[in-house]
Amino acid sequence: MESLIIFFQQLINGLSLGSIYALIALGYTMVYGIVMLINFAHGDVLMVGAYTGFYILHAMGPSPHALALSFIASMIVCAVAGVTIERFAYRPLRSAPRLNSLITAIAVSLILQNGMRVLPFVGPNPRQFPTMPTVNFQLGHIGISNIQVVVIVVSIALMLVLNYIINWTKVGKAMRAVSFDMRAASLMGISVNRVVAFTFALGSVLAAAGGILFATAYPQIDPTMGAMPGLKAFVAAVLGGIGSVPGAMLGGYILGVAETMTKGFISSQFADAISFSILIVILLVKPTGIMGTKVRVKV
Amino acid sequence: MTVSVKTRNFILLGGVALAAVLVPALLIKIGLIDAYTAQIFTLAGINAIMAISVNIITGVTGQLTLGQAGFMAIGAYTCIWFSQVAHLPLPLAVLTGALFAAFAGFLIGFPTLKLSGDYLAIVTLGFGEILRVVFVNLKDITGGANGKRFTTILAASADIAWIVIIGTLVATIIFLQNFLRSTYGRAILSVREDEIAANSNGIGIFKYKMTGFVVAAFVAGVAGALYAPFIGFVKPDLASFNRSVDYLIYVVLGGMGSITGSVLAAFVLTYLQEFLRFLKEYRLLIYPVILILVMLFRPQGLLGMKELSFVRVWQRLTQPKGAKNGSK
Repeated sequence: MESLIIFFQQLINGLSLGSIYALIALGYTMVYGIVMLINFAHGDVLMVGAYTGFYILHAMGPSPHALALSFIASMIVCAVAGVTIERFAYRPLRSAPRLNSLITAIAVSLILQNGMRVLPFVGPNPRQFPTMPTVNFQLGHIGISNIQVVVIVVSIALMLVLNYIINWTKVGKAMRAVSFDMRAASLMGISVNRVVAFTFALGSVLAAAGGILFATAYPQIDPTMGAMPGLKAFVAAVLGGIGSVPGAMLGGYILGVAETMTKGFISSQFADAISFSILIVILLVKPTGIMGTKVRVKV
Repeated sequence: MTVSVKTRNFILLGGVALAAVLVPALLIKIGLIDAYTAQIFTLAGINAIMAISVNIITGVTGQLTLGQAGFMAIGAYTCIWFSQVAHLPLPLAVLTGALFAAFAGFLIGFPTLKLSGDYLAIVTLGFGEILRVVFVNLKDITGGANGKRFTTILAASADIAWIVIIGTLVATIIFLQNFLRSTYGRAILSVREDEIAANSNGIGIFKYKMTGFVVAAFVAGVAGALYAPFIGFVKPDLASFNRSVDYLIYVVLGGMGSITGSVLAAFVLTYLQEFLRFLKEYRLLIYPVILILVMLFRPQGLLGMKELSFVRVWQRLTQPKGAKNGSK
């Protein structure tokens, strides 16, 4: 009975953590699906989003209105940042060897981290993220906090919107086409550059939301805060099959639940190691991730 | 000239290698190179060994890895344990560290080398992070997250450190240049160029990928086992993803597959990071900008696939312009 309560409690914690991972993982997977680039700067876009939210919440105080405003503002800031990064760092390298874009992505990540560190009004020191007072709802023996409710509801709403954009709008169709075959799509009159820029904007918007939610759940922010959730979300994206949108969502939830379960039942120190071990085991059984498609190699 | 080309090349390369090891050591000994500069360049030597290790697996074997620093950490901690707890002499401890790293490479490589491309990169990334967590939690052996101190003669005297580390670097380069020209080396290169073509010519892809992986792990273990006694302090962060990325940057900047390119890039970039110190914290901003600029304007890296050859330099210096050497 005791362990059953822990199980359900950790399941709720895991769903909340997993929603954040899923949001961030979507950015990785969409960008990878289209330009085959592991965008290592994605975690740092998340950090930029969290800082934008921090300044708005700091100025207005942690009310629901301010939270909504901070979501919108940080989404705009991150979308602009994402498009700028794509335009100046990745686009010139699109036809270069893939490892070059990878190094560039790492360099962009360093620039964002260290840039925030030298900015006089940000600085390297960690800051307390203003959050609403926590209220716990009790469902029998299991508690769920208002923050967890916000995290889960906001992320699911955003994922539904994303799903709508990808599957039912014209630009979503264009994204799928470019992801399927970039050259053929461009021959069909799709502006590849515009679609790629839009994909980066979309991914960055989700990262911004993920950043604020992550900072609300773990209320301390600093310029390197994006690295670990970024890495975990990337693992989630690979787990689900990188390039697959539903895969990224599934991978995010699996990773989140696995991590909290490890914390609840095994050891909190080994939680990171466990999530990476799960990744390795799943890739050994299914080398392209859970929902990834196998690419057939032709001679 | 009566000396044959072979003997001449041997004398030439031997001379360059000996000079690279002994002359700076002498200058350090008599104080012409101060301890600070000596330390930077000796550290660059270790970075160069690591860069070679990443180059073997990523540049030569063609398998992208993001966890090579994990093997370095294994080498470092094994070396510390064997010399502090088991009281082995340092050279033996370094060798043990390298062998442990190579064995770990064998164990990790067995399941993972069947994966390809980005998936392999991710699994090696995960491996490095798992190792980091394990090292943090094995407090008795590793000293936990705060790290472990380890003082030896390498940390105390700069000239001996230079001779040992640069000597190892030179030995590694010689070993690898010969390895790459052997049957094994050629087979590994063919796997990089085209797996299917290599396989249909009777080359076991997995076997040669594994060979490359184990050799790379061994070299990384050597680098780690030298790093620990030289710096005198090891933290589990040594195995982290950021470290692995640093070494990958040397390889890409030096030119994938070019051993001398990696060595050159390791020295240039290690020095550059120190040189930029006058910019204070802006240094951290300039370094990635330089990386992006190199990627944009010289995508193949400093040397591309070519090797810097002292023999070729010698020929160009001694022979008049226009008279091309026909023999090679």
